[in-house]
Amino acid sequence: MLDLINRVFGRDIASRTVAKERLRLVLVHDRSSVSPQLMEHLKEDLLQVISQYMEIDPDGFDVTLQTDADQVALVANIPIRQMKRAWMRP
Amino acid sequence: MVGEVIVITSGKGGVGKTTTTANLGAGLAHQGRKVCLVDADIGLRNLDVVLGLENRIVYDLVDVVEGFCRLRQALIRDKRMDSLYLLPAAQTKDKNAVSPEQMRSLTREVAEEFDYVLVDSPAGIEQGFRNAVAGADRAIVVATPEVASVRDADRIVGLLEAAEVPPPQLVLNRLRPAMVKRGDMMSIQDVIEILSIQLLGVVPEDEQIVVTTNRGEPAVLVQSSRAGEAYRDITRRLIGENVPFPSFEEDTGFLSRVRRLMGFGQSS
Repeated sequence: MLDLINRVFGRDIASRTVAKERLRLVLVHDRSSVSPQLMEHLKEDLLQVISQYMEIDPDGFDVTLQTDADQVALVANIPIRQMKRAWMRP
Repeated sequence: MVGEVIVITSGKGGVGKTTTTANLGAGLAHQGRKVCLVDADIGLRNLDVVLGLENRIVYDLVDVVEGFCRLRQALIRDKRMDSLYLLPAAQTKDKNAVSPEQMRSLTREVAEEFDYVLVDSPAGIEQGFRNAVAGADRAIVVATPEVASVRDADRIVGLLEAAEVPPPQLVLNRLRPAMVKRGDMMSIQDVIEILSIQLLGVVPEDEQIVVTTNRGEPAVLVQSSRAGEAYRDITRRLIGENVPFPSFEEDTGFLSRVRRLMGFGQSS
């Protein structure tokens, strides 16, 4: 009965909702655990595309997946040596 | 004509893979289809006891793969239905006794003689799982509406995709509509949404499953069983019929219970 009253007054969140929310978060993390090979391929592709526009320092180039409480982000740190002349404004 | 190989899998143990395999197999056979059930859980065989065929085993899957006997010698015919057969797992070997390539050619051989080959996968994601999915044309993922089961099912969905099996369908097992109504259990919709998977069927929690399993007879053949009714629906969906999903939310009402007791269940 206390449980029911609590729920009516919105003090207790239904365990169904808790379960769903916890699963949503844990699956975001589970699904983001990609293989090192995939990250290496991604890194090479990024390097190639970005190099068309600017000269980058391959040694300082770093791509990682960062997970925090409610999201996963692809974070890339790409040090630029210099811009390509061809793309300079006339 | 070559039959269809369907793997029944889940990741987590104890969610009802073997029960589902036995019931869908019996259901399909009851619909007149020729069905072979393959127990891929080598070392921990169970499909035989669930079907009540444990006393008839002479040869097993590993004997066939290793060439000790021919496929036909290892197949056990069900005592109730002429078109239902079991290829039992070995009990004394381990999962590494068979390779995915061997399983692929075995299931292909079986499929030449049957309309449906249902492969009961072991729990886990190791060799036994890889063996079970090796020859599959299609996959059914069994899950219960609990966090651990749904999480593991998600992993399995990913692994099936990696194994290039077409997108699996879900059997949501042991749903308790009254608990869902109270907000104490995830609903069908919740699980579907989380897994982004197609629903094949929902099996309500049913004490009779324990009773039918005790006796070694599939619930799908028991008219009064609620789980059996759900398995009958799933069977018909498997063979391509368009069977509407019953609303389990209403099932807990007094009236529907009376109706059921009097023998007018919902559409079956």
